[in-house]
Amino acid sequence: MSSGVVQVAGEVVANRRVGAYQQLTLLAPGVAGLARPGQFVALAVGGPTSANLLRRCFSIHRVEEAGSDGGTVDVVVAAHGPGTRWLTALGPHDAVDVVAPLGQPFPLPAEPVACVLVGGGYGSAPLFWLAEALRERGCHVEMVLGAASADRLYGVAHARDVADGVSVTTDDGSAGTRGRVSDVLGEVVERTSSVVVYACGPMAMLRAVTEVSAAYGAVAHVAVEESMACGIGVCMTCVMPVTGDDGVTRMVRSCVEGPVFRGDRVRWDAFDGGVCRVPDDAVGAPRAGGH
Amino acid sequence: MADMSTTLAGAALPNPVMTASGCAANGQELHRFLPVSELGAFVTKTVMRDPRSGRPTPRMAETASGMLNSIGLQGPGIDAFCAKDLPWLAEQGARVLVSVAGTTAEEFGEVVQRLVASPAWECVIGVEANISCPNVANRGLVFACDPGSSERVVQIVRTRVPEGVPVFAKLTPDVTDIVAIADAALGAGADGLTMINTLLGIVIDTDLLRPQLAGVTGGLSGPAVRPVAVRAIWQVVAAMRAGTLPVAPVIGVGGVRTGADALELVAAGASAVQVGTATFNDPDAPRRVLTELEAELDRHGLARFADAVGIAHERMVRL
Ligand SMILES: Cc1cc2nc3c(=O)[nH]c(=O)nc-3n(C[C@H](O)[C@H](O)[C@H](O)COP(=O)(O)OP(=O)(O)OC[C@H]3O[C@@H](n4cnc5c(N)ncnc54)[C@H](O)[C@@H]3O)c2cc1C
Ligand SMILES: Cc1cc2nc3c(=O)[nH]c(=O)nc-3n(C[C@H](O)[C@H](O)[C@H](O)COP(=O)(O)O)c2cc1C
Ligand code: FES
Repeated sequence: MSSGVVQVAGEVVANRRVGAYQQLTLLAPGVAGLARPGQFVALAVGGPTSANLLRRCFSIHRVEEAGSDGGTVDVVVAAHGPGTRWLTALGPHDAVDVVAPLGQPFPLPAEPVACVLVGGGYGSAPLFWLAEALRERGCHVEMVLGAASADRLYGVAHARDVADGVSVTTDDGSAGTRGRVSDVLGEVVERTSSVVVYACGPMAMLRAVTEVSAAYGAVAHVAVEESMACGIGVCMTCVMPVTGDDGVTRMVRSCVEGPVFRGDRVRWDAFDGGVCRVPDDAVGAPRAGGH
Repeated sequence: MADMSTTLAGAALPNPVMTASGCAANGQELHRFLPVSELGAFVTKTVMRDPRSGRPTPRMAETASGMLNSIGLQGPGIDAFCAKDLPWLAEQGARVLVSVAGTTAEEFGEVVQRLVASPAWECVIGVEANISCPNVANRGLVFACDPGSSERVVQIVRTRVPEGVPVFAKLTPDVTDIVAIADAALGAGADGLTMINTLLGIVIDTDLLRPQLAGVTGGLSGPAVRPVAVRAIWQVVAAMRAGTLPVAPVIGVGGVRTGADALELVAAGASAVQVGTATFNDPDAPRRVLTELEAELDRHGLARFADAVGIAHERMVRL
């Protein structure tokens, strides 16, 4: 477990529309000083008597360590189901219970190497302060942002401020190159001689990014998005098969050991059709006659 | 302020609020939010003999005031538990109720045997036999659905746990007559009962038009099941009070989110209360429930927690 975590009664400072998303700024004393790029927040939704009990998890987009009020944290939310609809409808001064920061951050390279940061849809949200942290270390940073359509891209202008180069793709061609991030990634890695790729977005994208990175000799660190009930490591709902340093595959909690994993350690072969199987060679996998 | 201490078949606890098995892992993660030694007892994730990967994902679905889970008893196995988890809990000064299970009655016995041999055994204030899990020898039928299977498991566990340390049988409400299962468990030597485990359910994903859980069925928990927990406790405690069932302490669990929720289970007859799913919503829930329960007892002018146990059985209007 990396740094500390706090549970605080947060408050909405601002909620503004950005393309297809809402960007929420939450007053959450104590979070900013602990948080690192790649970590996430777990928000309670619907208030203290809510019928939606499970926490909703969001990548930390940015933090601000402010003096008197104790600091803020920003998240970028896509309205999807009841929890995200409740969050995106909040106004200034509304209360939100915040547990953060959670999970493992993106590992930063020791040397000032070239890196590519890949975001799919709102998956770009955690990449901007990662880019800043990498640039501070002297890394050359390029970003590749992709989405289904132009309105679902997040932060293209912001990317131009924090990165040395930006490529954009959309499935429908409404912005940038028509196609997927993985279609242009290889060229960017090659041109910049990047050795590290960071990615956040849908699982299928992360798998493709891992494959392209490997083909071009780069290591991919991917931030996954598994269904989570608690976000703090107590429920075991968020597991996925990941191979450890010892070469052994285990069903590990993505909220504690992730959400950032080395892409080449994730058992992508187990994911299919919205379900993730337990690989036969995983520790404790069901045996014939067993469970 | 009411005296919150409680005694469960000889195990004296400073307060009656516990975590629920599988809802607090083995303590280290929750300890970042609430010191495990502040709990009446810490209830561990059910541990089996061998490491288990659990079931495929998705393993959960949110439901109205609850959730379905199909974790499949994922865990490190009893040896790793004794080497790492139990010593850590002992170091924190936690009172530990260890939840055990097996795919056969004999496996329950093996797990307990290794548990008792652990150097950290002294922090264990009781053993909870999770008999609400599938019995491989009986076509996967849950032990706690059959009086005979329940009896065999409890017998083996009771003989392997040293005298003076109570054994609790954790029952499922998914049975026709929970009093009959309680009778079998107590007859086989259980010192107390934990009620209730989850109820079996299915959620259909209405976009994909297929079950949302990869494992199809899952256990329903959360505030939605609280009336079922209260009913189960009520029926068993009513039978004890009527003299048709041996008297034994009941640990109530199911849908507790607030102190008032806890008081419902207590008034129905529970001598302690576990907080499960509510912990996912609020990592501080067990501690908050205790504070709120104290306030509830004060509100009713009850000087001792023990005075509230089963009180609802005495307050019925005679018809
Ligand atoms: C580490 C992490 C980072 C994330 N970052 C962002 C982000 O920056 N912006 C954003 O818009 N969304 C993000 N998500 C996804 C977001 O958590 C879900 O969209 C949201 O929980 C859905 O809640 P709902 O009530 O709208 O939908 P419902 O489908 O009703 O949610 C029901 C339950 O399923 C869980 N759930 C459903 N979909 C997801 C999902 N895709 N991922 C995880 N849990 C899910 C919810 O937590 C909840 O417990 C992230 C998820 C994870 C795990
Ligand atoms: C995710 C999850 C995992 C659980 N795992 C176990 C378990 O390993 N052993 C057990 O006896 N009960 C387990 N339970 C059941 C709980 O301990 C409890 O009996 C049930 O959830 C009802 O209480 P609640 O409504 O407070 O959650 C689990 C429940 C949940 C939600
Ligand atoms: S979300 Fe509960 S353990 Fe990861």
